[in-house]
Amino acid sequence: MTYANPLKKLIVLALPWICVIAAWTLLHYSGIVNPSLIPTPAQVARRFWELMSNGKLPIDMLVSTKRVLVGVVLGTLLAVPTGFALGWNRSVHVFADPLINFFRALPPIALIPLVVVYFGIGEAAKVVILFYAAFFSGVIVMYEGISQISPIYIRVARTLGATDGEIFRRVIVPLSLPHILTAVRVELGVVWATLVASELIAAQNGLGAMIQNASSFFQLDIIYLGIICIGLIALIMDLILRKVSRRFLSWQDRIAA
Amino acid sequence: MISPDRIVFDHVSVTFPTPTDMLPVVEDVSFSVRDGEFVSLVGPSGCGKTTMLNIVAGFIKPSRGSVTLDGIPILGPGSDRGVIFQEYGVFPWLTVEKNIEFGLNLRSNPRSREKRAEVCERYMRLMGLYEFRNAYPKTLSGGMRQRLALARAYAVAPQFLLMDEPFGALDAQTRTAMQDLLLEVLQKEGKTVMLITHSVEEAIYLSSRVVVVSARPSRVRCIVEVPFPYPRTEQLHENAEFLGLRSRVRDLVMREYAAQEQQTRDAAPH
Ligand SMILES: Nc1ncnc2c1ncn2[C@@H]1O[C@H](COP(=O)(O)OP(=O)(O)O)[C@@H](O)[C@H]1O
Ligand SMILES: [Mg+2]
Repeated sequence: MTYANPLKKLIVLALPWICVIAAWTLLHYSGIVNPSLIPTPAQVARRFWELMSNGKLPIDMLVSTKRVLVGVVLGTLLAVPTGFALGWNRSVHVFADPLINFFRALPPIALIPLVVVYFGIGEAAKVVILFYAAFFSGVIVMYEGISQISPIYIRVARTLGATDGEIFRRVIVPLSLPHILTAVRVELGVVWATLVASELIAAQNGLGAMIQNASSFFQLDIIYLGIICIGLIALIMDLILRKVSRRFLSWQDRIAA
Repeated sequence: MISPDRIVFDHVSVTFPTPTDMLPVVEDVSFSVRDGEFVSLVGPSGCGKTTMLNIVAGFIKPSRGSVTLDGIPILGPGSDRGVIFQEYGVFPWLTVEKNIEFGLNLRSNPRSREKRAEVCERYMRLMGLYEFRNAYPKTLSGGMRQRLALARAYAVAPQFLLMDEPFGALDAQTRTAMQDLLLEVLQKEGKTVMLITHSVEEAIYLSSRVVVVSARPSRVRCIVEVPFPYPRTEQLHENAEFLGLRSRVRDLVMREYAAQEQQTRDAAPH
């Protein structure tokens, strides 16, 4: 949607958030729930400034964001070629499809004990969990996208004299770009959702660890703060990806808006 | 003087494997397309016309017999044969100009930057696409997309033009306009053309000869000479001789349509 008036646009953008914060505040003061179980937005905001100024929160945010990005990058690096292999080759697909669906159905949290046995409790274990989540959600999107690519463009390119390499670079790559971007978006969502679980593994820092430590001390405002930070960072990443999509994929009939 | 044969079908048969047995699609087809000629193939849908065009384009090989270009067997697709598909096949991720340019900076056929710009401009003007040169195909109408496909094919200067029901998806007005544009372009830069259509009217209006193809498996039912000289104009559609020829060919084609229908009904599970 486009708004002629920038003020109107701002209001439309802010309105849902204002409503959520208002409902939250109301819930605290309404007495429906014990007020000590629901910190006010102001309390959470105070915590935010405190943890920002003592430098703990920026580190937690950075560490978690880094883990998510590493998981998504590694997952995508493997999901893209695997998606191509599945989409282009019938027998690869017949062979790998049941396996992929089996592993995809396993919740990453269920794998944590095994991951600890094989990868220990360090950084590697967390990245493995996130990579797992990213790969299996990305590969499905890639496969579906690649198998939708119409062979007619390849035929046209051949009749114009293109070699296999030129067809790959100048036809396949531009046609798969939208699917790669969609895969990354889906992966980001799934990986942020898995983050807290991955940071269950003896994490010293990270937003998931922050939430868990806070829960041992019943620090509800920190738990709220951690959840909000995860949501906001995930939202910002998604907005950036959407911008990138719009910039590079303006040729598409419908843009993933 | 008779022009030399360029595309020659010599006792060509094609069978496709199906899960249960072999499906004969083309059977013992022989005909040829002479230099600068415009030959149309008409016949019921599903009879094997696209298969024949795909052999010339280099996408399939005949099971028996041979198809040669200037006496040389076809090994694969190549830029000497421009192919226009019914579904256009314009590249949606490229602008109009970049679509036309695609075939001009491939390793098999490189052109200088100046040459590319010159060729693109010429065909954009010829096809009435110049104002849209920076537009993406999603903003173009069906007729404009087909003009773009034609411009892109022409840009690499093929000797042959192979068209598979190129105007089938267009509305009647656009279709007539495209037929006239095609004739006009061919008048300027002649090609040897093979066109598939199921419109008898279109086949006669455009072609120098019409090959009527039977129900599946495709055989050559008859080859009709179209006596009208080029350049042709739309008045031809009302010409008595044109109308007579049209109804004669239409009768032939209708008989094959009926045979194909019967065949499809027989093949349907009871
Ligand atoms: N690659 C293929 N494998 C199996 N059958 C095919 C193949 N291509 C076409 N056919 C079959 O051959 C017949 C003729 O197809 P086609 O040449 O496309 O007909 P037309 O263009 O005249 O409508 C159809 O019945 C079609 O299902
Ligand atoms: Mg066809």
